[in-house]
Amino acid sequence: MYKTSDGEEIFVVDAHIHLWDARPGNQRNIHGAQFINCFHDYHSGLSPAEYVWPAEKFQHYGAETLYEDLFVNGYDDMAICQPTYLKDFYLDGFNTTEQNAELRDKYPERIILNGAFDPRDGEPGLEALEALVETYGIIGVKLYTAEWHGESKGYKLSDPWAKRYLEKAQALGIKIIHVHKGPTILPLNRDAFDVADIDDAATDFPELTFVVDHVGLPRLDDFCWIATQEKNVYGGLAVASAFVHARPRYFAEMMAELLFWVGEDKLLFASDYGIWQPKWLIEKFMAFEMPEDLKAETGVDLTPEAKRKILGLNAAKLYGIDVEAKKAALGAA
Amino acid sequence: MSISLAQPGDGWLDDVWTRLDMVSDPELDQSVAEMGFVNSVALTDGGDVRVSFRLPTFWCAPNFAFLMAYDMREAVESLDWVRRAEITLQDHCHAEDINRGVGGGLSFAETFPDQATAELDELRATFRRKAFQGRQEALLRRLLEDGMTPESICAMRIGELQRLELVDAARLLERYLEIRGEFGGPAGENDTAFTAPDGDALSSEEFSGYLQDLRRVRVNAAFNANMCRSLLQTRYGDGGE
Repeated sequence: MYKTSDGEEIFVVDAHIHLWDARPGNQRNIHGAQFINCFHDYHSGLSPAEYVWPAEKFQHYGAETLYEDLFVNGYDDMAICQPTYLKDFYLDGFNTTEQNAELRDKYPERIILNGAFDPRDGEPGLEALEALVETYGIIGVKLYTAEWHGESKGYKLSDPWAKRYLEKAQALGIKIIHVHKGPTILPLNRDAFDVADIDDAATDFPELTFVVDHVGLPRLDDFCWIATQEKNVYGGLAVASAFVHARPRYFAEMMAELLFWVGEDKLLFASDYGIWQPKWLIEKFMAFEMPEDLKAETGVDLTPEAKRKILGLNAAKLYGIDVEAKKAALGAA
Repeated sequence: MSISLAQPGDGWLDDVWTRLDMVSDPELDQSVAEMGFVNSVALTDGGDVRVSFRLPTFWCAPNFAFLMAYDMREAVESLDWVRRAEITLQDHCHAEDINRGVGGGLSFAETFPDQATAELDELRATFRRKAFQGRQEALLRRLLEDGMTPESICAMRIGELQRLELVDAARLLERYLEIRGEFGGPAGENDTAFTAPDGDALSSEEFSGYLQDLRRVRVNAAFNANMCRSLLQTRYGDGGE
């Protein structure tokens, strides 16, 4: 819960957090080491100095630290835990649904657990998805289309098997599909960050909501265009929101584009914790005001109402959270 | 017959840097030299040039990395005293393959026979088009700031644009004129200065919507370039080593 200077309570759902184990003992190969090093560069490059962690802590911070950073100091009321398997890089995976379920069971009132699927797992994967939904009661999944999988280095949401999985997910009652694009896709001649396949999937599955992580960056321009056309395409602000501290002008320009094309009803705040901490992200986001020149040029503004929606109300609606009841329950605890 | 080896002359190093400065990161439409990607240039007595570069992350897209290495080799070897340019990409998931491919004069598909299904022409064209849009937007904004109206902008000819003097923004104009011949239809002195990438004429009624489309492209590229600078600095520090 964030309280404004005049006492208003802002309900916060952090739409993208992780609890990973990237310690050397879990690294399968050089890629595991390089993957977490790269995350650490993102972390160090954009965090305020006092929030920068040494590499060792960043590799593994544990559930108690996470709870403190998100829910005690960080203003989050709830957080959506997104799995990232990366089993080709990490022996036990980077953070799997099973591991994240322990976190959810520890803090059930705070953590929303998401699952994952990989269309390249074929028929057995469809059964596994069914079991996942049955076991954990998930309504959201996180897909990482750049995941390595044996010989394959990535897939598209428009692949025939991806469609079968989306059909299955919908039939099982899954409502929200988070999609993250990554750089390590085959064939190598293709633009690895191309978001066009999300357009196809969103058209084919109008009842599912697709949340594009990192608002499609580094293809924000194409993402905005797709989200304008497709009602069921949302943007998750992880990475983008971190610019509010170190590069406020770039943040302002990007937010102006997002508000203009995507709109304040389809954007979700996300810290990408442990990469960034919600405490400073939310403080700076709440203090941020759209510069006058951008307001004049684009006709949009980041109003208090827009901030409320982005910080929590939009995600609450998607995930079926009754905000008043939740506030009361958390307040009473 | 005795072979006389070329000795590095005055200004040769500067010539190499000038050539490298003309090579763009295709995704960002920014110079690889200016972005700080190139971290060393060395000359040998024989007219060989060794250039090494590194990128903001270990995972930067290998297709763009290949294009940069390829373009750097071409650019440096276009200097008449250069016998051979050896380009070395460092600290990258595909460094070995890219260095071997570009060094051996292989195409992208030849470099990655099992991992590529085509050459990079399509990728390059997609991002060159975005470069055109980004450069055009930057110049249009400047002209509007200077008080020009959409009507007069839409009516302007290339010759007039070439003669325009923009205080502190000569580079904006130069960069747009550089790329105008690749997109936007015929590019003679009497042709329209500002057209859509496919050559369609702009109208003052649709001007503001057209500009909004371009702005999206420019903001994305600017954001990415800034992210890349930040990551490169975090990875290597200010000194670049």
